[in-house]
Amino acid sequence: MFETDTITAISTPIGEGAISIVRLSGRDAIEITSRIYKGKDLHEVESHTIHYGKIIDPETNEVAEEVMVTVMRGPKTFTREEVVEINCHGGLVSVNRVLEIVLNQGARLAEPGEFTKRAFLNGRIDLSQAEAVMDLIRAKTDKAMNVALKQMDGRLSNLIKKYRQSLLETVAHVEVNIDYPEYDDVEEMSNEMMRVKTKEVHSEIEELLSVAKQGKILREGIATAIIGRPNVGKSSLLNALVQENKAIVTDIPGTTRDIIEEYVNVRGIPLRLIDTAGIRETEDIVERIGVERSRQALKEADLILLVLNYNEELTEEDLRLFEVVKGLEFIVIINKTDLDQKLDIEKVKELVEDRRIVSTSLLKEEGIDVLESAIADSFFAGDIDSGDLTYVSNARHIQLLNQAKKALEDAMDSLEMGMPLDIVQIDVTRTWEFLGEIIGDTASDSLIDQLFSQFCLGK
Amino acid sequence: MVYDAGRYDTIVIGAGHAGVEAGLAAARMGVKTLMLSLNLDMIAFMPCNPSIGGPAKGIVVREIDALGGEMAKTIDKSYIQMRMLNTGKGPAVQALRAQADKPIYIKEMKQTLENQENLTLRQGMVDELIVEDGVCKGVITETGAAYRAETVIITTGTFMRGKVLMGDLEYESGPNNQRPSLKLSENLEALGIELIRFKTGTPPRVNSHTIDYSKTEIQPGDDKPQGFSYETTEFILDQIPCWLTYTNEFTHQVINDNLGLSAMYSGAKRGTGPRYCPSIEDKIVRFHDKPRHQVFLEPEGRDTEEVYVQGLSTSLPESVQHEIVRSVPGLENAEIMRPGYAIEYDSIVPTQLWPTLELKNIPGLFSAGQINGTSGYEEAAAQGIMAGINAAAKVLGKDPVILDRSQAYIGVLIDDLVTKGTKEPYRLLTSRAEYRLLLRHDNADLRLTDIGYELGLISDERYKKFEMKKQQVEEEKKRLRKISIKPTPEVQSMLEAANATPLKEPMKAYDLLKRPELHYDSIDSVIESNESLSTDVKEQVEIQIKYEGYIKKANEQVERMKKMEDKKIPEDIDYDAISGLATEARQKLKLVQPLSVGQASRISGVNPADISILLVYIEHGRIAKLAN
Repeated sequence: MFETDTITAISTPIGEGAISIVRLSGRDAIEITSRIYKGKDLHEVESHTIHYGKIIDPETNEVAEEVMVTVMRGPKTFTREEVVEINCHGGLVSVNRVLEIVLNQGARLAEPGEFTKRAFLNGRIDLSQAEAVMDLIRAKTDKAMNVALKQMDGRLSNLIKKYRQSLLETVAHVEVNIDYPEYDDVEEMSNEMMRVKTKEVHSEIEELLSVAKQGKILREGIATAIIGRPNVGKSSLLNALVQENKAIVTDIPGTTRDIIEEYVNVRGIPLRLIDTAGIRETEDIVERIGVERSRQALKEADLILLVLNYNEELTEEDLRLFEVVKGLEFIVIINKTDLDQKLDIEKVKELVEDRRIVSTSLLKEEGIDVLESAIADSFFAGDIDSGDLTYVSNARHIQLLNQAKKALEDAMDSLEMGMPLDIVQIDVTRTWEFLGEIIGDTASDSLIDQLFSQFCLGK
Repeated sequence: MVYDAGRYDTIVIGAGHAGVEAGLAAARMGVKTLMLSLNLDMIAFMPCNPSIGGPAKGIVVREIDALGGEMAKTIDKSYIQMRMLNTGKGPAVQALRAQADKPIYIKEMKQTLENQENLTLRQGMVDELIVEDGVCKGVITETGAAYRAETVIITTGTFMRGKVLMGDLEYESGPNNQRPSLKLSENLEALGIELIRFKTGTPPRVNSHTIDYSKTEIQPGDDKPQGFSYETTEFILDQIPCWLTYTNEFTHQVINDNLGLSAMYSGAKRGTGPRYCPSIEDKIVRFHDKPRHQVFLEPEGRDTEEVYVQGLSTSLPESVQHEIVRSVPGLENAEIMRPGYAIEYDSIVPTQLWPTLELKNIPGLFSAGQINGTSGYEEAAAQGIMAGINAAAKVLGKDPVILDRSQAYIGVLIDDLVTKGTKEPYRLLTSRAEYRLLLRHDNADLRLTDIGYELGLISDERYKKFEMKKQQVEEEKKRLRKISIKPTPEVQSMLEAANATPLKEPMKAYDLLKRPELHYDSIDSVIESNESLSTDVKEQVEIQIKYEGYIKKANEQVERMKKMEDKKIPEDIDYDAISGLATEARQKLKLVQPLSVGQASRISGVNPADISILLVYIEHGRIAKLAN
């Protein structure tokens, strides 16, 4: 569980600074990195040197990220172990992708304060600091737990509970067949029943992995649409966001290079600007295709930025736009505050309900900071100050889901090979345990409780 | 009047399934042992079902045998029926179960004790312990006999403040109307030991002549001769069947109508009973939509007509029991010989024990068996042998023996008890073992014989045989790695017969045996036979090869845990001085006093952050010591 295995985490706070670092420490830090790194042979390079290269995702053989890699051999490192630091472009998408690849290669996500703990256990930190290390572990753990709980979508947690219960019933069924072979009340679990069950949960986990809100944001960015009447400043807004932040240009697999999608990195949160062609057109889309169809078109968006003109009265078209975004996640931007007020702010407030309103003058570059805060707030409830905690909890969920999926696949392989169910069940139980870690439920007595509540057993 | 009755090394209080193993292990390790039993006619008596073994439990019996215990040998001499369970499943969950001849089992076990060197068997009721300066020094019986010893093992089962319950009838009693032990409980409480009230029960017994077996289904034993002990060579072939019948709506009506009369449902506050051993009234109440429940009719022996009615455990009044029994097909005219009853008793809260089964607050005092909150003869015997070994080891100044969870079900059982405690009588289940693929029925000898031999509990002759088996298994695996099987017509037809895919190119015998549909014998039929091998060896070779990948995975898990198991917690650790621990974790750690970080991590309420903090603290102490 600890001491020699290789741990990893994003060691820079989100959204602060242009570079994010994925740090690895442990026996296989260099080995793991070299498996995914294209550049110099990291086994050969001198200690404490930095190298340019590319991170390749071994599963797709695609270039995930251009990076600078620092190799530091123990014991002259912070933890006294082999340490590698992968310096990535800022922003969640790239750094998280690298973290995911590293995790897939066998590194384990570090517990809160674990780098420091290792530094201590390996004698790197002074004796008098032991107390501080223990306090740090406690503080970071409590905080991580709070964040993890807050971050956890209620829907996600309910789904996981549902899958776990379903797996638990299956396992209890196998167990009752084992421990009470003469109990004739329940039909003997068959390989076919197990196959159906594992398949079902497997595809549900896959689904979860692909749509889980956090995971989606981390990997794909927040799909963002900018809408508004002609001439309210949509293009200026886009340019301001792009100028203010580093734009990330990403190749999309399977397409030619000239079709690109634009990412804008706002406070470390990636916005993926969708339907950019549409917003750059000056004609009124709603006018053209109607309210319902516009809603459909915007359904893909996680966030809508609705731009109004401070210098004009609300028009029918504006009202239609409010109709379009009703019930969706949106922020209203009142632009052109450098001009005279003609807009009825009170009326706008009524229409906006509980959503945020931000005033800007894109021409004078005013209010952009406030807008960025509003965007960050709308996704992280506004109370994440800094640190890697958001990452950890999210990446942790994804890692555990992946582990659960992998364990279930092992169970399915055993089934295919015709192994007895009590062997198959070992991996089904592991799946159940991994899912339990996501929601913080690791009580081991649940199975026995389930056994005796589900079946009437005894002499 | 108290008189000096002599001096021993170890005293065992009680001669049930825990007591006999404890006494025999201690005596065989060479320490002078006294066993005190309330009634010498009831040694190793089975107060409940006449059977030994079953899933998990059967594996425990083999483990006891591999350590040099007696349960396996005694049941092998006294069974009336033997079955291998779960034969259609994987090797990890197969287990033997025997129907026992109760009187013969008692007779055989008593004789073994009587013939054991270093062992004195005596009838007597222990009323109190001699404790001096907080250390246990001996016992005093009701007749005033004061026996002194270095170690004492309590194995009093369900006798302590035992109370029999049947309808509104209740009286102080041990099981089967034996005298209860009343004073010892008070003495233990006065010594600061925390007790908890548990409950269990037993069904009525009926006369075989009054059963109409034609209305029931026969449940015969296996034809194949087999036994629990690795030393057994003669098997009992003349077996007696059990019979299966069912309760019905009428049975359930009778029970529902009389529920208020059940000792357990009358509303009085009672001890906690086990969920896995419910009374028939429990089953009807908790699973009210089940139309019927199984009832097994199990003979209590060859020379008795008493039949145990498994499935009808009850504490209803005797009058209602007649009605219930007679509502069951085949039992319409059955005569009850002994009514069923529930029994309440005191047990020791097991978190007060070290993993050696010694009480933390009274050095020299050990406890084993049902008194520690377990249920089942096998669980009792398993603790008995470990307590006997550790009590003797203490006398001899040897290291204690603690089996870990990856070594034996016995390790799982004791670790669960002392680390987690139990809120109901504890029964072993295969699902309690996280490494059950390693804890198989077939490899109990490979896991534990070395330990038994080291302790002097396994004879040289047996050990030699064991070593030969081990060697043969290894050599045969090596041989199969070398043999290449070619896709000859003979091989292809063997594969076809086994429903296996034909070979396209040559394959090593070793790899071919990995296919689930093939067995050692199928491979053996197409290669040169190794005539010298026993069935046992062949079975072992097949299992080790076939499940190699899974076994390896389990072993890797064990390795990962081992780092934590090896990290010892200093005896003098002060949990109050570790500021970072969560309050609940601190309380639990102080209570359980785990020996290793691994054990600490299994305590409920101690989370990974607490373990990290604990590790840092321990390391801090180590460095501080080095610095001094």
